[in-house]
Amino acid sequence: MECTSQFLRQHPYKNKKNMSKLNSRIPDGPLEAKWTKYKSTVRLVNPANKRRIEVIVVGSGLAGASAAASLAELGYSVKCFCFQDSPRRAHSIAAQGGINAAKNYSNDGDSVFRLFYDTVKGGDYRAREANVYRLAEVSNAIIDQCVAQGVPFAREYGGLLDNRSFGGVQVSRTFYARGQTGQQLLLGAYSSLSRQIAKGNCQMYNRHEMLELVTIDGKARGIISRDLVSGEIQRHSAHAVILATGGYGNVFFLSTNAMGSNATAIWKAYKKGAFFGNPCFTQIHPTCIPVSGDYQSKLTLMSESLRNDGRVWVPKAVGDKRKPEDIPEEERDYYLERRYPSFGNLVPRDVASRAAKQVCDEGKGVGPSGLAVFLEFKDSIKRLGLDVIKERYGNLFEMYEKITGEDPYHTPMRIYPAVHYTMGGLWVDYNLMTTVPGLYALGECNFSDHGANRLGASALMQGLADGYFVIPYTIGDFLADEIRNPVPPTTHAEFDKAEKEVKDKIDRLMNIKGKQTVDDLHKKLGKVMWEYCGMGRNEPGLLKARTLIKEIKEEFWKDIRIPGSKDEFNTELEKAGRVADFIELGALMVEDALLRKESCGGHFREESQTEEGEAKRDDVNFSFVAAWEYAGDNSAPVLNKEELKFDVVHPTQRSYK
Amino acid sequence: MIRAFSKLNITFACVFNQEKMITSLKMFYTSVGRKLIMALTGLFLCVFLLEHLYGNLQLYKIDGGKAFNEYTEFMTGNMFIRAVEFILFAGILVHALDGLMLTLANRKARPVRYAVSRQSQNSTWFSRNMGLTGSILFVFFVIHLREFFFAHRFGGATESMAASVANAFTTAWYASLYIVAMIILGFHLNHGFQSAFQTLGLSNHKYIKTWKCAGTVFALIMMIGFASVPVMLYFDFMGMSSNILGK
Amino acid sequence: MSETINVKLKIWRQKNTSDKGRFELYDMPGVSTHMSFLEMMDVLNDRLVREGKDPVAFDHDCREGICGMCSMYINGRAHGLLKGTTTCQLHMRHFENGETITIEPWRAEAFPVIKDLAVDRTAFEKIMQAGGYVSMNTGNAVDGNALPIEKVKADEAMDAASCIGCGACVASCKNASAMLFMSAKVSQLALLPQGEPERYVRVLKMMEAHDEAGFGSCTNTGACESECPKEISIAHIARFNRDYLTASVVSEK
Repeated sequence: MECTSQFLRQHPYKNKKNMSKLNSRIPDGPLEAKWTKYKSTVRLVNPANKRRIEVIVVGSGLAGASAAASLAELGYSVKCFCFQDSPRRAHSIAAQGGINAAKNYSNDGDSVFRLFYDTVKGGDYRAREANVYRLAEVSNAIIDQCVAQGVPFAREYGGLLDNRSFGGVQVSRTFYARGQTGQQLLLGAYSSLSRQIAKGNCQMYNRHEMLELVTIDGKARGIISRDLVSGEIQRHSAHAVILATGGYGNVFFLSTNAMGSNATAIWKAYKKGAFFGNPCFTQIHPTCIPVSGDYQSKLTLMSESLRNDGRVWVPKAVGDKRKPEDIPEEERDYYLERRYPSFGNLVPRDVASRAAKQVCDEGKGVGPSGLAVFLEFKDSIKRLGLDVIKERYGNLFEMYEKITGEDPYHTPMRIYPAVHYTMGGLWVDYNLMTTVPGLYALGECNFSDHGANRLGASALMQGLADGYFVIPYTIGDFLADEIRNPVPPTTHAEFDKAEKEVKDKIDRLMNIKGKQTVDDLHKKLGKVMWEYCGMGRNEPGLLKARTLIKEIKEEFWKDIRIPGSKDEFNTELEKAGRVADFIELGALMVEDALLRKESCGGHFREESQTEEGEAKRDDVNFSFVAAWEYAGDNSAPVLNKEELKFDVVHPTQRSYK
Repeated sequence: MIRAFSKLNITFACVFNQEKMITSLKMFYTSVGRKLIMALTGLFLCVFLLEHLYGNLQLYKIDGGKAFNEYTEFMTGNMFIRAVEFILFAGILVHALDGLMLTLANRKARPVRYAVSRQSQNSTWFSRNMGLTGSILFVFFVIHLREFFFAHRFGGATESMAASVANAFTTAWYASLYIVAMIILGFHLNHGFQSAFQTLGLSNHKYIKTWKCAGTVFALIMMIGFASVPVMLYFDFMGMSSNILGK
Repeated sequence: MSETINVKLKIWRQKNTSDKGRFELYDMPGVSTHMSFLEMMDVLNDRLVREGKDPVAFDHDCREGICGMCSMYINGRAHGLLKGTTTCQLHMRHFENGETITIEPWRAEAFPVIKDLAVDRTAFEKIMQAGGYVSMNTGNAVDGNALPIEKVKADEAMDAASCIGCGACVASCKNASAMLFMSAKVSQLALLPQGEPERYVRVLKMMEAHDEAGFGSCTNTGACESECPKEISIAHIARFNRDYLTASVVSEK
């Protein structure tokens, strides 16, 4: 308690009671009519004017590519940026499981409402009802759109689309393309984007990274980017800027994100006035291949579907280092089956992850590091036969063997939770616009639809919904006022200022000339975040993290070393810029986690748990979105709250017992 | 030498210049188009090989070369066949020149070579060296023509064709050259035959093995069929050469 | 098997596209056999940075074998010796103690070296932009189940669609031909009814883009198929050729 008051003295949150800064612009009317009504009344830009309007899209994953393609199809002049060598490399490509839609092709009672309900409940009642309902509503159109693009979804012998059940919901609503759904959907969006590039409606900037947002008169009017090959700093102006840059899981250094996935674009936006919503909401995925050494660069996800047939266990005795085959049945603790008899191994991601952490904390973890649990298929192989298991999981087993050199048909897999997805992100209104007019955030980089926890196969749905079916409508509302404004010249003083900031920062980084590598500091940050702001969080830990991150930041700006020059292909410089932003974002995540004293979804505050050790939500005090406002490098961020109103779904405590 | 070839290449590129050419021929201009030419001429040459082999096998009749001579006379006497002969030469020439152009163009597609390349682990030597085996075969073809075809057609050779053949193949170096060439032909065909069907798009998961098998069988028949004649003649098995030369 | 091995790396270093480039040798003692190949490169780069030297530039991103960014020619093979594996999924346990590992960038006229091991694969983009899509605008689609597609065909289309666009086919082809990459896309769309209306126009346009980019021709050696990390079959090239022939003969222009 003393800690708390001390912390409050240090950071007196300007806890605003009036919500004037946050207008979620949710249309009136009953939930199920909002989007339809909105679409038919939203302001439009006529085709002749669209040609004169320029839009910048940063990021080329599911959300970015689909938005860039759809807006270009509408006739806007689009510029799209990605840091990889092709839009097709965006990390959406790595999504395995599938994409949800309320088609009810399985005739098992699915509906738009049910998908909406499951998503709100799965998000532990920390998402906006109207947004989630719209997501469920457009989900069907996504499937149609993708099929029309030639996405080879799995089909049944009759030629119709196949569905499977995924992520512990009671209906089969997940469409999939083998274990490569993300890849196929991204390639679909990429093909549409390629078509627009060929037509000249969209200009693509590969190997370019956005380093600053340019605002003029409070509106987003362009970006400063760096050509990663030549090092050239460029200015790009536009009427509106759309960010679709994905999640920030790499704050933790080790995550299932791609090596290049970063938060720089949204962080710059935050510093230019876009509020950051619920930064501490991180999803930790329970089935990843454990860390094997200090050199570990990233973690590989093994599909959640493995838990359908695999049994999770650890030895009952602390420090039991016998081979799993040598541990008799009675000396094993099938802890998920024991603790959650009705859901067993299929409890939701956050529950499974926490349980794994608990047993490892008790010293029962397996493998060289003691940070892993077994996932065994022996019983399923006995029950279903080797062939069935091979057919279901063959490619996953193969991948596991490639990485670990162990054969999961004969010895249990070792798995451990890893950071996977960030539900938090830039705060956006119903239009997906941030608090900076003309600046939009789509896909994982916004905070909107998943609340405190994302359900399996919903990330792809949200990315594509935002890009294909939401932004093409909602952006018109803003651009309708812009038709008289020419695109601002890049010679504008704001561009000068922004470019100078970028160049100064790069010079500063290049001139540190210290001793440590960028990765050294990134790893330090990752360890702190994982330890204190990972699966379990508590106030003393978070306060410690706050201090540690501050130290890391100082160390970073004093002691990193970047070889080479800024005018060339310099991967260390790229990393340094990103890590500098991760450090600051990490600090904000800690602040957010400190503030939210309840446990909800992926955010587990150890102070807030039930007697059985399960997460305990506090709807009275925390049924809001924490939208953080930047107040300068040396001031505490300002908290803005958006109260969440649940008119249709009534929050209940989740239970998987 | 290479410069001369690339000049030739440029000349041919002009001939096939996209803007100047008849649009229906445009299809042959692309990299797949050029391969189509290779496939079509290659298969045409396969048919010729069959026919040639049929002729050569006449020597197995051990009738003093009578059947073989009758066959060669038929081939030279028939006006229709004389006409086909031109198509055949054209076929060989186009196959060779197109092959040359392809090889040159393909070399340009990788100006810097790998320092270490273990291609033997992903493909066969002969599939990668069709240009080399083709060139050897072309040289052989010229020697072969001079020895038999030109000598008889234009050189006013007095002995019968069978006698020429028997004389030539009782010479060790010529017989060996011929046998080696036929082995190379076998490998060239082993890849070329199935490759032609692949290029013509007449292959899929199901037929790919069939064509490969058929190609190997065809290549073996050609190789053994053609190479057996010099072997038989050189060693005088079945009295083949003594029968012709009347020794 | 021993837990660590000592290897030597012979790596192609090239400052930029116009630099001539050369090999440099690096000693790598005590490499854990559990490391991935790229993690071994990370360790090397970490050391180089500490020594104040320029780290080796190489492309990589997802490190899960799906983004197609990584692209190394290791010991004479695209993505190294393992079948159906990208460089990021190749682990050091497949190398011998004391081995010298030669690492080169993809070599092709169409893939100029940007720096060290990173190459520019924009040529693939051009091929895709020439026709690797179904021309449909967002919002025009009919119901996903309105058009049943034979499972066998859908599966075959999926086989083709699994291409990750890494360029291993070009790198391992003796002619640096991009036929496997291009035919995979053409084949995917040719097998599906959605791709049918543009089937023949697509094949002609993409063919043109392929040649313009400076790729060589396919001489059916099959090297691409055996080096493809997704094991895409050259049967798709045959389908491409068939469609190309048909398109050329049938097209009226």
